[in-house]
Amino acid sequence: MVSQFQPAGPAMEMGTAFSVQHLSFFYGQERVLTDVSLDIPQRRITSIVGPSGCGKSTFLRVLNRLYEVVPSARAVGQVWFEGRDILARGTDVVDLRRRVGMVFQKPNPFPKSVYENVAYAPRIHGVRKRRVLYDIVARALGQAALWEEVHTRLGKSAFDLSGGQQQRLCIARALAMEPKVILMDEPTSALDPTATAKIEDLITVLKDTYTVVIVTHNMQQAARVSDLAAVFLTGGEMVEYDETNRIFENPNDKRVEDYVTGKFG
Amino acid sequence: MNRVWSQRTAFALLGLSALAVFAALAVVLGFVTVRGAPAISWEFLSAFPRRGMTEGGIFPALLGTFYLVLGTVIVSLPLGVGAAIYLAEYAEQRSWIRVVRIGVNNLAAVPSIVFGLFGLAFFVKALGLGVSILSGALTLGLMVMPLLIRSTEEALNAVPKEFREGALALGATRWQAVRSVVLPVAVPGILTGAILAVGRAAGETAPIMFTAAAFYTPRLPRSPLDEVMALPYHLYVMATESTAFWRTRHLQFGTALVLLGLVLILYLWAAVWRARIRRRKRW
Amino acid sequence: MRSEVRSRIGEHTVRWIMGACAGVSLLALGLIVLFLFREGMPVFRTVSLGGFLGGRFWFPTSEPPSLGILPMILGSGLVTGFALLVAVPLGIGTALFVGEVAPASARNPLKVAVEMLAGVPSVVYGFFGLMIVVPWLQATLNLPTGQTALTASLLLGIMAVPTVASIAEDAVAAVPDTWREASLALGATRWQTLRSVVVPAARSGLLAGTLLGMGRAVGETMTVLMVSGNSPTLPPVLGWPVRTLTATIALEMAETPVGSPHYHALFAVGGVLFLFTLTLNVVGELVGNRIRRLA
Repeated sequence: MVSQFQPAGPAMEMGTAFSVQHLSFFYGQERVLTDVSLDIPQRRITSIVGPSGCGKSTFLRVLNRLYEVVPSARAVGQVWFEGRDILARGTDVVDLRRRVGMVFQKPNPFPKSVYENVAYAPRIHGVRKRRVLYDIVARALGQAALWEEVHTRLGKSAFDLSGGQQQRLCIARALAMEPKVILMDEPTSALDPTATAKIEDLITVLKDTYTVVIVTHNMQQAARVSDLAAVFLTGGEMVEYDETNRIFENPNDKRVEDYVTGKFG
Repeated sequence: MNRVWSQRTAFALLGLSALAVFAALAVVLGFVTVRGAPAISWEFLSAFPRRGMTEGGIFPALLGTFYLVLGTVIVSLPLGVGAAIYLAEYAEQRSWIRVVRIGVNNLAAVPSIVFGLFGLAFFVKALGLGVSILSGALTLGLMVMPLLIRSTEEALNAVPKEFREGALALGATRWQAVRSVVLPVAVPGILTGAILAVGRAAGETAPIMFTAAAFYTPRLPRSPLDEVMALPYHLYVMATESTAFWRTRHLQFGTALVLLGLVLILYLWAAVWRARIRRRKRW
Repeated sequence: MRSEVRSRIGEHTVRWIMGACAGVSLLALGLIVLFLFREGMPVFRTVSLGGFLGGRFWFPTSEPPSLGILPMILGSGLVTGFALLVAVPLGIGTALFVGEVAPASARNPLKVAVEMLAGVPSVVYGFFGLMIVVPWLQATLNLPTGQTALTASLLLGIMAVPTVASIAEDAVAAVPDTWREASLALGATRWQTLRSVVVPAARSGLLAGTLLGMGRAVGETMTVLMVSGNSPTLPPVLGWPVRTLTATIALEMAETPVGSPHYHALFAVGGVLFLFTLTLNVVGELVGNRIRRLA
């Protein structure tokens, strides 16, 4: 498989997954992101935090260009990934999305069996051999810490799983296509504390292999799991981006301090 | 107190109008059933009309309607589903979509007799297909297409957007997402619409009068270019134009019952199926 | 690599095919206009537009033919008008009852009943009318014949109920629940709420339903053909046979030589019908869109 996104450009600093430069975003006339610039490092967990309506989910959807499902959406600026500006014309979005997996706010398994959910991506990307598929599925479920719980019911409907299991299934589904990056859009907001803890454990393990970008409105979660944090505020501005510990202990911006200490949000 | 009574009166009147609708349906069904049932027999369903259509059965008309409906489905289902997929899933070119939608809505409002005229001028004469199953099926197919487009679009729109986004985020192309995730979920809804379209096509007379239907054929059709007898047209000519139509009332009631039964069973089937889809939904 | 390229080409092909399917409806509409025009226009070599629409006599086979469709226009108008007197109150009443009054458990059966009513083939209505309604009206009103404009109106009225009811129901369902709750919270009864909040908010939808019901009634063929008596009288009277535009086409097309003035005249009648229902539909859509934007 030859990808358009092989590391190439000299501008790419080693160890950077995404280099976002002057990104602004619009839905029709409405501005959702304002001139956001940041470098997201490889194999670290970067959290995007901020109050609701600050554009953090939109930001995430720029990174795999899923924002395009809304016809009036428009992104301006540059987002460099593996040596290319993914916002440029002619970008192969299908190839991009193969390399940048995504997990959604609400678990969204397909109405298929557990097995078929995980096998979906490799299948559409051309894997036909049953043996190979099975290995991919087993490995992905293993990585998502779900194999033990589901290996006896791979043929059952994905909807028979609990909410937390469904979300881990969705993670496995993304892992099965062997992406470089996993985007997570408030992945635990629909889950109970126990299921949340499991997912958080999983996320911290994933960073050994993958670049993880996680959107969350839960400050404690950002503090628990992420290495770096970017704080967005209403109006789609990024006001602070640094090591998570530093931001939580000693924010530079008064508004960020108010937000992380829970004065608003 | 006055307020209570005005509400009671008003609601009673509204209930009465609903009751009237129910009653109308019941009366039509009742009369046709009671007077038609005695005519129904295996022979009635399986035999040719005899003695200048004053005796015998309705088999050629039954078969003709089946052929017409089959042709209609073959013509309209792929086109209608394709159009609906385009409208529901490829929504970027919005001005084109708007134009298409206006076209579909207006096509739905064209009177059936005008479809008949068009079929005569275009399929029968201009394309030279003659009065045939093919001409009739094409005419009926165009007529039910808006129905299919609407019901399919509804079924597609009922598929949660999370499924589409999930597939796209895994690197599926638009069509892969539609084919492998969206369509399988929407299929029952699409088929429900198709059943209704079949019911509609089976009962229509005006569009096939000049394009497909024959008063009487001595043999069964052998090719799509043959003209056919059809149940609704058969009922019409039996009731108004045939020899001694006042003496074949029992056959007419029988034909009406068969036609009505066929169509209403299709409608009922669709309704039951739709209710089941709604109940089984897990997302 | 190759398989990827192929799948990308496939994507374009699929989009193109789906777009073409969508275009078929437009194409069909265009062809209908084209052929009605092509086959209908030549009638104006025989008769002027005014003489066609305003002519009082329809003797298409005499020499020279009289091709005036005024009796049919008025006949269609009379039948449709009285059909609406039946369909609109019943349709809107049913919609309000189903949507606002009936207990939830009765809603679905009622909806199915309305749908079934829409499903009854028009030829069956016509046959039912001919066998039951015609003799009954003749006897009850002591008429010389039961095949009258009134008979057709009654049946058409029932037939148009589902059209009116389903659109009215959508309109009523589109009224936000918060408005109802606000009204009830102010101490209004359900009927007061319905009358002063729901119906006014839904009125453009109710109007749209009426217009589309009208289109349904004007375009209906088999039922009127079978029960209206089909005599082109002028002026048309409720208790007397009438001829409608649709019935004229259905009755005469089969026996008309292709290319004769009569043949072209029937296509021109189709054109008149088409334009009329098109106008009703466009107006209905415009009116109906207002409520959708509001909701």
